[in-house]
Amino acid sequence: MSEPTRAEVCAVAIAECFRGDGEILMSAFGTTAAVGGRLAKLTFEPDLMMTDGIATAVETVPPVSGKAGEEPVKGAWLPFRTIFDVVWAGTRHVVMMASQIDRFGNQNFACIGPHEKPKAQLLGMRGAPGNTINHKTSYFVPNHSNKVFVEKVDVVSGVGNDRAAALGERSSRFHDLRRVVSNLGVFDFETSDHSMRLVSVHPGVSVDEVVEQTGFELTIPNHVPETRLPTDEELHLIRDVLDPEGWINNEVVA
Amino acid sequence: MDKQTTESEVVAELRDGMTIGIGGWGSRRKPMSLVREILRSGLKDLTIVTYGGPDAGLLCKAGKVKKLVYGFVSLDSIPLEPHFRKARQAGSFRAAELDEGMLQWGLLAAAHRLPFLPTRAGLGSDVPGINPDLRTVRSPYDDGEELIAMPALELDVALIHMNRADTRGNGQFLGPDPYFDDLFCLAAKRRFMSCEKIIPTEDFAKEGSIHTVKINRMMIDGVIEAPGGAHFTECPPDYGRDEAFQKEYAATARDTAAWDEFERKYLTCATEAEYQEAVKKR
Repeated sequence: MSEPTRAEVCAVAIAECFRGDGEILMSAFGTTAAVGGRLAKLTFEPDLMMTDGIATAVETVPPVSGKAGEEPVKGAWLPFRTIFDVVWAGTRHVVMMASQIDRFGNQNFACIGPHEKPKAQLLGMRGAPGNTINHKTSYFVPNHSNKVFVEKVDVVSGVGNDRAAALGERSSRFHDLRRVVSNLGVFDFETSDHSMRLVSVHPGVSVDEVVEQTGFELTIPNHVPETRLPTDEELHLIRDVLDPEGWINNEVVA
Repeated sequence: MDKQTTESEVVAELRDGMTIGIGGWGSRRKPMSLVREILRSGLKDLTIVTYGGPDAGLLCKAGKVKKLVYGFVSLDSIPLEPHFRKARQAGSFRAAELDEGMLQWGLLAAAHRLPFLPTRAGLGSDVPGINPDLRTVRSPYDDGEELIAMPALELDVALIHMNRADTRGNGQFLGPDPYFDDLFCLAAKRRFMSCEKIIPTEDFAKEGSIHTVKINRMMIDGVIEAPGGAHFTECPPDYGRDEAFQKEYAATARDTAAWDEFERKYLTCATEAEYQEAVKKR
């Protein structure tokens, strides 16, 4: 099997975000995140639930690209109303995109510039406020730069650790930021003030490069390991089953 | 009992400054024939409450919106509604942007005649900053938890589109998701339902299970038969989204001449029937 691509390393790092999650709803937005979430379900987290993206849970894992193959086995009905119930009940782990993210994990995909009259309208709040205050949240950023990893986001759609802490223990008890995966490395918030820490760099990426491309001060441990490589089985699942057309390699460029 | 009416009769009831809720979700099962009739009218200064799609885009582009209450505005296959985006960037209306779950909560509060419903969604985010009228409430029980008090979204009018309806005002969705159409109706003073086809009440059972008759006639004041009424949004199983048309619509946001042509061909039609003819000729 040929060497793993950067996108494949990212997909495995995203899959790892779901390790230990058990029987909850896995929602992963964007091509690479979708492949990563499905990979977790096909390997070490088989009890994860996922949807067909419309209104039904599927109990078999459909591919992200290529021929649809067999019709997936449909499980429970999950219209948007039920998804909101799941969100507010907390049995979900979402991987969202971020147009901007700061050192405490405040995320913005609503708009760039002042909200009254933005320079660029993006997706809007969508479900980010409710997701982040109710259940596990991770982020995937395929284009790590200091324009995305910023000192201060223009608008907070997804709630970060400092703002959650300011709400007090009671109101923030379901807030649970897990990881940020970018095309350069993996990050978490396991620091004394719950600010962002570099967990690993992807093969071929230096710590200096991560620091240079990050617009705020990151916690850098003395020893930064490399992100783990995909196993042969994972590479097979990514290349032959989940993404035979290699779409993730268009989203993530090394 | 016969509640049949027409798009023009419905829109003749509407007034400047009204708060209008529009059912569907993104570019899915939107009551577009009613939206098109609003576009033909002189109505202005509207407050629109919506899980936004081209309904929001077209009404914003036409300058009919004073305030938009929404969590997103999307064309689904095109993630961002380009006409909404342009109107936002021009600052041409007040953007009451909420978490999408909060929107449901506001409709449910209005449906239940409550002043508000508590929720955790929105806490810690910029939603309260964007909506300075939003208040919090403290639990009166021992936990004392502070929550957002999502105010009731009381609507003057609700507009929804169903697959089937009877003349009494019962309505049936045959696609995968009822969205929040029932809540829009329950939150509104006047409720209008367009549908692909009006059928005898006894025929609902031939079309789908009893669970698909989500709209009951107490929730509806008028029924409009509008085949193709959701075009160009999807209305399965009757039809999917007209992706080619949607692409053409989206492209007009970048090109004034293309918009003028689009408007001339599709939005200056005197009636919905003419619009449907123009679409057929494509």
